[in-house]
Amino acid sequence: MTPLLTTTNLGRSFGGLHAVRGVNFEVMPGEIRAIIGPNGAGKTTFVNLICGRIEPSSGTVVFDGEDITSMPAHERVRRGIAYTFQITSVFANLTAYENVALSVQRRMIDRKEDRTPRRRAAGLHRGVLEALQRTGLSDRHSTPAGSLSYGHQRLLEVAMGLALKPRLLILDEPTQGLSDGEIENFISLVREIGEETTVLLIEHNMPVVMALAERITVLNAGRILAEGTPDEVRNNIEVQNAYLGTPVDA
Amino acid sequence: MNRERATLRVYGLHAAVLAVLFLLQFILPAYHHGVLARVMVLAVFAMGYNLLFGYTGLLSLGHAMFFSAGLYGAGLAIDHWGLGVGPGFVAGLASGALLALVIGLLALRTTGVAFMIVTMMFAQVLYLATLYFATWTRGDEGFVLPQAVRQLNAGGFHFDLTDPTTRYMAAFLLFSIVLVGTLLIVRSAHGRVLIAIRENEERVRMLGYDAFANKLAAVVVSGVICASAGAAYAILFGYVGSTFASVQYSILPLLWVLLGGAATALGPMIGTLFMYYVVDITSAYTSAYLLFVGLALVLLVLFFPKGLLGTVRDRWVQWLP
Repeated sequence: MTPLLTTTNLGRSFGGLHAVRGVNFEVMPGEIRAIIGPNGAGKTTFVNLICGRIEPSSGTVVFDGEDITSMPAHERVRRGIAYTFQITSVFANLTAYENVALSVQRRMIDRKEDRTPRRRAAGLHRGVLEALQRTGLSDRHSTPAGSLSYGHQRLLEVAMGLALKPRLLILDEPTQGLSDGEIENFISLVREIGEETTVLLIEHNMPVVMALAERITVLNAGRILAEGTPDEVRNNIEVQNAYLGTPVDA
Repeated sequence: MNRERATLRVYGLHAAVLAVLFLLQFILPAYHHGVLARVMVLAVFAMGYNLLFGYTGLLSLGHAMFFSAGLYGAGLAIDHWGLGVGPGFVAGLASGALLALVIGLLALRTTGVAFMIVTMMFAQVLYLATLYFATWTRGDEGFVLPQAVRQLNAGGFHFDLTDPTTRYMAAFLLFSIVLVGTLLIVRSAHGRVLIAIRENEERVRMLGYDAFANKLAAVVVSGVICASAGAAYAILFGYVGSTFASVQYSILPLLWVLLGGAATALGPMIGTLFMYYVVDITSAYTSAYLLFVGLALVLLVLFFPKGLLGTVRDRWVQWLP
């Protein structure tokens, strides 16, 4: 099977700081991949290189066999890479419905769905309701996004990503600031999403990572430190030293 | 369905407003009849401005250039090339579209304050150009389109555009088309993207939209609407002068829109009408009429911070477009 996403020797430096260096990385279609690493390891920079928010200093990004290294971010989204922001970035003055509608209409324009105006309007409505329902926001559809609770805003972010029907959904620290109950729901939501699309999850919360990820990539100081199944990563001594703290038996 | 009824209500309201404007011509005394025709043309200017400022969130301080592109585009073409009123109007639109495209490509490389300054500079360039090429434009003094050329022959009918009734109808027609047009635009998929750009441009990009292309489209459409107002002004009122290219005419649409309510469909009309009458009434009593304009603005900022319709929408009727 060919990988959905490949980065080759990908690097980015900010002045003298090498935030990401020489990363060779592959994601297979259909997997849920977690990227972990201590603060400042370059996780967010790395996914920003993938989704095109920043340009790499070196290396290439290939998505589904196509070199997208110099493609602007909005083109990448149309190819199927959706990014949900680490810092909640919904349209605060628009309703939850309108927020999601922007994603749904993007998808409809790209796939040339429903040509007649009436069917287009109905398709849009249906798509929005579906995404809101899946994230449990149905009854809040007419609330301005800025008035939603923080947890709901995070869910709205995911709904917007989901409504694009992406082939690769990048979730940047989605559970940050959520309560335990909300995290539970979130895990089952991502698991569900993972059945139909490829998910790249940047996450600090280890129980979430262990519950969801099929494979884990550990970044440290801009490089890949380790990669493997959750068990392999958990038992990797270097990872323990760099990230998980001292081993339990120490 | 609920959503369809909401749409019906929106279009119903606008149809009613248009009907009132149509009927007003039969009851208004001659003076106010003339004022309203002029206000409708200027409101078109404000609506064009509102599309860019209110909906897309781009504050331009140079929209006088688009108005005067239409004004001079039509005026010069009719006066010097001897074009008819119809082709002259189209020439005005074309000038506005071309100018907006070029200015958009250059000015949209900047944002925020820089965008304000760049648009203002370009508008000043055009203003100075109208003074510099005085051989054709007659500069400050301007020129008058004689009554004889302001006639329209279309489909076997003859329209005398200097006749108050015909003029009112022409202004009303343009106003209606632009009102319905902007309403359709802001409620379309493209309009939704424009509003989203105003709210959070980076997020729009990460939803797969080309923010630059959408903003450029907004500049061009806004420029064409403002040019249509300028061209109509030249044809209906017969005067073309560089005052209309001055910075004052870049600030006025901003004030009209702020008064009436940015990002409301009817706000520009209300703001223009209100401001026109404040100036009109107070200047009859004193030459310091700007004092009253200022006072009106202060009161509005205090009690209607989002403009008349913007505040009405926030407080009472949320469905107002």
